Amino acid sequence: MVELALPKGSAPKKGKTFKAPKGTKNIKAFQIYRWNPDDGGNPSLDTYEVDMDECGPMVLDALIKIKDEIDPTVTFRRSCREGICGSCAMNIDGTNTLACTKAIGDIRGKAKVYPLPHMPVIKDLVPDLNNFYAQHRSIEPWLKTTSPEPQTEWKQSVEDRDKLDGLYECILCACCSTSCPSYWWNGDRYLGPAILLQAYRWLIDSRDESAGERLDDLEDPFRLYRCHTIMNCAKACPKGLSPAKAIAEIKMMMVERSV
Amino acid sequence: MAETETLKVQRPLSPHISIYRGGLTMLLSIVHRITGGALYFGTLLLAWWLIAAATGPEAYAHFQWFVTSWIGTLVLVGYTWALLHHLMGGLRHFMWDTGTAFGLSTVELVARLSVVLSFSLTGVVWVLGYYMAGAF
Repeated sequence: MVELALPKGSAPKKGKTFKAPKGTKNIKAFQIYRWNPDDGGNPSLDTYEVDMDECGPMVLDALIKIKDEIDPTVTFRRSCREGICGSCAMNIDGTNTLACTKAIGDIRGKAKVYPLPHMPVIKDLVPDLNNFYAQHRSIEPWLKTTSPEPQTEWKQSVEDRDKLDGLYECILCACCSTSCPSYWWNGDRYLGPAILLQAYRWLIDSRDESAGERLDDLEDPFRLYRCHTIMNCAKACPKGLSPAKAIAEIKMMMVERSV
Repeated sequence: MAETETLKVQRPLSPHISIYRGGLTMLLSIVHRITGGALYFGTLLLAWWLIAAATGPEAYAHFQWFVTSWIGTLVLVGYTWALLHHLMGGLRHFMWDTGTAFGLSTVELVARLSVVLSFSLTGVVWVLGYYMAGAF
């Protein structure tokens, strides 16, 4: 359902400000969404002033510096710090991206950091991704075959392998799905861009033998067809992939098999 | 007991549309829907015109009075723009339905083009309309 306003208790209030020490020359302010389940109450927006002369170039560097030196209660997920694990996906400066690959220098003014949009918040910048993972499970993201298992590996031509480029790179960070207004309003029934890109990744895998069943499962006004090509997904993807195009390809497969 | 307490926690929903910066493409998506809705009302206007023409001079005079009033003209200009903008949006979707023009720079270019075209074509239609009516 389209609900433009946040539910009761979800609207962030103005929070605390942590000033930089006097004499700091190169200050950048980070406004961070905070919510602690133990405190109850509404979320707040706390501001932290960071000395950029003593900080790495990426937003994740600043977050770690804030946690280490200013406020150890700031909570976020991170792991690889090089854009391959997808843990530090969050909304920075109005768009979803990875904190580790987002340069602070690209943000004008105060850097606003929120959790991935329209998700239940576990704490601060950590969203609950259970529904997202369950949806991924629902498309059965593994090779499904009926022919007898070959003696060696399942072979694939170079050309067929090329079809997986632009799809296999997906790290399931959820930046795209949580950027999509259709997913915001219908996330319980619409699979969302990330999961549909994954679905397409198995649909066009030459070794997979269950394309028919996979398409049957997607043939649904909500699961697939809530995509209205809004394009937020492709614009947000930190890996430069296009879930929008993958979804268009699935829609074309639906047409092709019915004519 | 502590565990049940934790489970009862009412989690807030993270901010979405109020903080998201989607740019022109996100805006055009909702405008496509709004113009689509507006076309229903425009069609009612069209139906009024046809019914008035079929009913007789008096009914037609009523219609004439409305569409030549300033508010009627405004509604008609709006309808023309909504129709043309929705048409441009339709062409964008038609293009995407063939699996093409998904490159981000293309998407941005086509979005801008559709705005420019919808406004300029509205101008063309009205200038042409007045010209054919002999206004100049």
